[in-house]
Amino acid sequence: MSEATSVVTRAAARSAWARRLQGWQGALVPVAAVVVALMIGAVVLVGLGADPVKAYSSMLEGAFGSVSGFTQTLVTATPLLLVGLGVTIAFRGGVINIGGEGQLIVGALAASAAALYLPLPGVLLLLAALIAGVLGGALWGAVPGALKAQLGVNEILSTIMMNQIAIQLANYLLRGPMIDPKEVEAGTRIAQSALLPADSWLVRLVPRTLLHGGSILALVMAVAVFFLLWRTTVGYRIRAVGLNPDAARYAGIPVKRYQMLALILGGAFAGLAGAVEVLGVQHRMLEGLSGGYGFSGIVAALFGKLHPLGLIPASVLFGGLLVGGDKMQRSVQVPDALIVALLGLVVLFVVGSDYIMRKRAAKAQSHE
Amino acid sequence: MNTSARTPLRELKMVDIVKRFPGVLANDGVNFDVRAGEVHALLGENGAGKSTLMRQLYGLYKPDSGQIIIDGQPRVFQSPADAIHAGVGMIHQHFMLVSSLTVAENVALGLASTRGPRLDLDRVAERIRGLAERYGLKVDPSAVVWQLSVGEQQRVEILKALYRGASLLVLDEPTAVLTPQEAQELFVTLRQMADDGHALIFISHKLHEVLALSHRVTVLRDGRLVGTYPTAEMTRADLARLMVGREVLLQYDRPPAQPGETRLQIDGLWAIGDRGVDAVRDFSLTVRAGEVVGLAGVSGNGQRELAEVLTGLRQPSRGKVTLNGRDVTHASPAERIAAGQCAIPEERMRTGVIKDFSVLENAILCDHSHRPFSRNTVLNFGEIAAHTRRLIADYAVKTPTAETPIKNLSGGNIQKLILARELCRKPTVIIAAQPTRGVDIGASEYIHHRLLEQRAAGTATLLISEDLDEIRALSDRIAVIFEGRLMGVVDAATATAESLGLMMAGTRQTE
Ligand SMILES: Nc1ncnc2c1ncn2[C@@H]1O[C@H](COP(=O)(O)OP(=O)(O)OP(=O)(O)O)[C@@H](O)[C@H]1O
Ligand SMILES: [Mg+2]
Repeated sequence: MSEATSVVTRAAARSAWARRLQGWQGALVPVAAVVVALMIGAVVLVGLGADPVKAYSSMLEGAFGSVSGFTQTLVTATPLLLVGLGVTIAFRGGVINIGGEGQLIVGALAASAAALYLPLPGVLLLLAALIAGVLGGALWGAVPGALKAQLGVNEILSTIMMNQIAIQLANYLLRGPMIDPKEVEAGTRIAQSALLPADSWLVRLVPRTLLHGGSILALVMAVAVFFLLWRTTVGYRIRAVGLNPDAARYAGIPVKRYQMLALILGGAFAGLAGAVEVLGVQHRMLEGLSGGYGFSGIVAALFGKLHPLGLIPASVLFGGLLVGGDKMQRSVQVPDALIVALLGLVVLFVVGSDYIMRKRAAKAQSHE
Repeated sequence: MNTSARTPLRELKMVDIVKRFPGVLANDGVNFDVRAGEVHALLGENGAGKSTLMRQLYGLYKPDSGQIIIDGQPRVFQSPADAIHAGVGMIHQHFMLVSSLTVAENVALGLASTRGPRLDLDRVAERIRGLAERYGLKVDPSAVVWQLSVGEQQRVEILKALYRGASLLVLDEPTAVLTPQEAQELFVTLRQMADDGHALIFISHKLHEVLALSHRVTVLRDGRLVGTYPTAEMTRADLARLMVGREVLLQYDRPPAQPGETRLQIDGLWAIGDRGVDAVRDFSLTVRAGEVVGLAGVSGNGQRELAEVLTGLRQPSRGKVTLNGRDVTHASPAERIAAGQCAIPEERMRTGVIKDFSVLENAILCDHSHRPFSRNTVLNFGEIAAHTRRLIADYAVKTPTAETPIKNLSGGNIQKLILARELCRKPTVIIAAQPTRGVDIGASEYIHHRLLEQRAAGTATLLISEDLDEIRALSDRIAVIFEGRLMGVVDAATATAESLGLMMAGTRQTE
């Protein structure tokens, strides 16, 4: 490397560090928001006659305190991270993708179908199933994308509608064409597919746990998305369109096409999350597989400041909350609804604080 | 709350103000004062620290050190609310009105009503009328803001400040967005306000305005105070020298044009404006290689819509546009760029830059997909940084680093970067709309030289400007637009201010 370029890269690295540091300060805000939400939760716990110290320590213990707890946190974090990446790309492109849930379901359906019905040997089957998941999710993102680009249909509405369609589609397929023949034989007719061939399973990383290769895939994807958004012309255009569509159009960037691309990529990642959940954890498609990850992923993305790398700790933290909340409910015997409410509070505070911070920043920077 | 009952401030002093931004000392021990009854002009090059100084006065930034003293009392403003409470008002260059509300509602916004919780809009409207009449601020309180022209919106902002009892008003480049006529009307208003005992701070890059309006003038340079002078003792040349450090004439020796082939041809063009009526009507014009054609006209007569059609942002309803022999009537912006056209947009913050992008990212807005800036879609930051630093150096863009978000640059420096970016692409046709709006005189001169360089290199330039001096200094031919129609095209060498003025007012060219 020549003298001049090394100086440039060093300078770029330095300022990038400065920016990242500012980012970390900003990252304290969602953490503080979680703490405040948990404190309010503590008051409610006391009101219900439960010991909040015990409750929260069991939560922490459950999520991070043991190998089995922590691996479970990571297993939960994996689909959150993948869905969050999709949400991040869409948000950066100025489109709001609420369709993670539907995209995840369709991705999972497509991956299962590929694994069940494609006559491929060994690792090829796994690969085909993953790709099918990506394509299924992408298709589910492409429909709202095309509707927005061609007809100006609001993507918030259309992605929510696509969620409903996906749920009904899964409903039909898992009770009809894709139902496990064994379920039919036994007469139980539980809505799930047959067990997928072992060739299509993602490798288990820690014995006797559910931790699977999908977690590593998700980490790689986070880095890939970072590269896409900040190191390629495609990402540059997506971000330009998201930040200022007028200027982007003026500069010759086809705005609608890139908004559509952002939705398609968003769907692709949610679809991958579905595939990974099927191939890594359940090994079959079943109803309720998504477990709300399609929505939690949105929160994780906001938690991670809509940054692919920020999303990594954010999804682990949020995954921990989900797992730990479960454990806490069992240990202090509070109603199920309280856990849901607590997570709701966390979401409210994180999203609310983010909104306030952004408004503040906009105010401080109102130019001229 | 009756805001006007507060005693008006008599004197405001800013003492030893220091304000630092990452990599920039924006204000370096500045002393500044303004008294009731005077117009105090603030002058300085782009990035000299004028807006920064005023934002501290209005509570938008906190000084790193230094004091603000009102009538002998030191004051600390945590927010604009504190400043407003102390009687300070500020008119920003970008207005902060809610476009779906009426004038009266905008004025009343955020104020406690005079009677109980119910908003008493009739009383607000009544007081607005009183203030409007006193200061010659023609505006209808029941009009909805989005229907108002830029000049009218500015009047609403002034009314809003007055309504809140401002006795000190800061106007940051108020005339940059006004037509010369509107500017004259604004001056009448400001003089009346000063006569009534208001203190006014006026920022402008137009020296003749400063000379015509102000009592005293303070010059800043690189964040430092150069001095404060009684305006009556200063000349244009004095001010230019204090600001820039040398003579600035804004007059150019131009060799006679040697127009070549036709580069841009507009035939019978019609376009519908935002309000659904024809904004451009049967407009035809030809721009040839190696010439500058100026398009003069009072703003709001279809220039903006015409520029939008020429850049591919607006679809024409009829007519034809030919660029280098190719029909581009319905071409996308990308196709026009590929065909060798570049454009300097009128609204730089809306269409010229992406304000959350860095200077570096903005420098490649049109060219990011070309070598050497990217290869197989992967951006090459080494090349991009080197290119950006060349642009920054060539156009003397003041920025701490190439990685600084462009929104942190001063207005004029943003404009310089846009020009640098567009002109370095060796265009064959330039559409330049208000290229020196908000740019200091030194930089204006520089930009003019660059445009004339392009002319010498054989580029065809369409210069759209409200500044008749700029048009006359640069153009070979001058076209005049009125209500979307071409009033005529005259030779710049023989055109008189009177004949242009008549055409701008809607008289067709005779002879
Ligand atoms: N929020 C900010 N963050 C970082 N730097 C800033 C910020 N605001 C202003 N600056 C820097 O401070 C300097 C002074 O800027 P300022 O806007 O006060 O200039 P100005 O005199 O108003 O110029 P212009 O005539 O172009 O409007 C500039 O170098 C600018 O880049
Ligand atoms: Mg300024």
